[in-house]
Amino acid sequence: MERNKLSTLFSALLLGLSALGWQACSQGNSETSDLPYLGERQLVQREVDGQQVTDTAYHRIPDFAFINQDSQVVTSLTVQDKVYVTDFFFTTCPTICPKMKSQMLRIYEAFEDDPRVMLLSHTIDPKHDTVAVLRDYADRLQVNSDKWHFVTGEKDSIYSIALQYMVSAMEDEEEPGGFVHSGAFVLVDQNRHVRGIYDGTDPAQVDRLIRDIPALLPKKKKKKDADKN
Amino acid sequence: MLIKTKILLYGAGIAALLTLTRCFYSDKQNEGERLYTQYCANCHMDDGSGLRNLIPPLAGADYLENHRDELACIIQHGQTGNIVVNGKNYNQGMPGFEHLSKGQITNILNYVQTNFGNNNPRFSIQEVEKQLFKCRHLLEQ
Ligand code: HEC
Repeated sequence: MERNKLSTLFSALLLGLSALGWQACSQGNSETSDLPYLGERQLVQREVDGQQVTDTAYHRIPDFAFINQDSQVVTSLTVQDKVYVTDFFFTTCPTICPKMKSQMLRIYEAFEDDPRVMLLSHTIDPKHDTVAVLRDYADRLQVNSDKWHFVTGEKDSIYSIALQYMVSAMEDEEEPGGFVHSGAFVLVDQNRHVRGIYDGTDPAQVDRLIRDIPALLPKKKKKKDADKN
Repeated sequence: MLIKTKILLYGAGIAALLTLTRCFYSDKQNEGERLYTQYCANCHMDDGSGLRNLIPPLAGADYLENHRDELACIIQHGQTGNIVVNGKNYNQGMPGFEHLSKGQITNILNYVQTNFGNNNPRFSIQEVEKQLFKCRHLLEQ
């Protein structure tokens, strides 16, 4: 009996310690803004003062143009200088999409008043998900189109940009709803570099995403707050 | 001394019976919860809250009481068209789950009726069977 008690105490202590350690670690992470650059890198040679210099070019999302729920064109210019989170879904999805959307809503609410952050959801079923359908969907989610764009476009352009975000999406008659796709949320910085990929159906990963976003934002706002105090 | 042992024995018997029924009961409860998590939670969420005006809630939904007679058929065959739940309109379409048996549907329904803060009367398998009989023509499509 005595021994049992001791070992329970010991495991509780261990658990507490590891929780603390984990927290300290993850806090350190989000403060130092050292989120990785994901995707393939290219080495670029360049001449500076007659010397050969090698730069690393990070994988960058190419230019794009889609149409959102307000029939407005959304391009790479729309996300210029913004940090954005993007995903791929379809409105009639019988599986993970509503969960993804309820998690995306948490990000929406966390950064609702910060114009430096945007959300971009692509439909992978443009045949069904017309502008009108996306409009209705966004209305029912009660979200603002300046902050959260639901876009449609040429099927090929959508599927090829998904590859650039390193998200799998394709048609498959065998799958429920007719499409395979991942529930990934992709975090993209102001220069269209991918800085994180998270499981958009897992609240714990979305917690981390919400903590990671500020690491990409310029520290200006914080300073101002400090000045005020 | 003898009386004491007797009481003890009775006590043990009752305790065993209680655990047994609890086991039996919670097995069904578990199947309901497991099936709910597998087939319903993606849309209606783990806590039955639904999603804004897209997916209706099951938690505290007046629909569960007002349309009790239709619930088994909704699960088996899905639902389309505008419906009103707690005064709000929904019109998104729910897929059917034709492969679920009447026993499984009963367990899911009982899970829904007695969780998320709901406290509605449970379903018997006979009641579910009767409801499914009314919409059996949908299976033959
Ligand atoms: C793909 C998403 C989706 C899945 C999966 C789903 N539902 Fe639904 N459910 C809906 C939608 C959307 C409606 C509203 C349908 C309409 O507008 O006609 C609905 C309506 C309902 C209703 C009636 C309205 C209410 O809120 O009381 C019940 C009951 C219900 N669903 C239970 C379930 C159960 C139980 C399961 C699992 C076996 C399930 N649903 C799976 C999307 C879904």
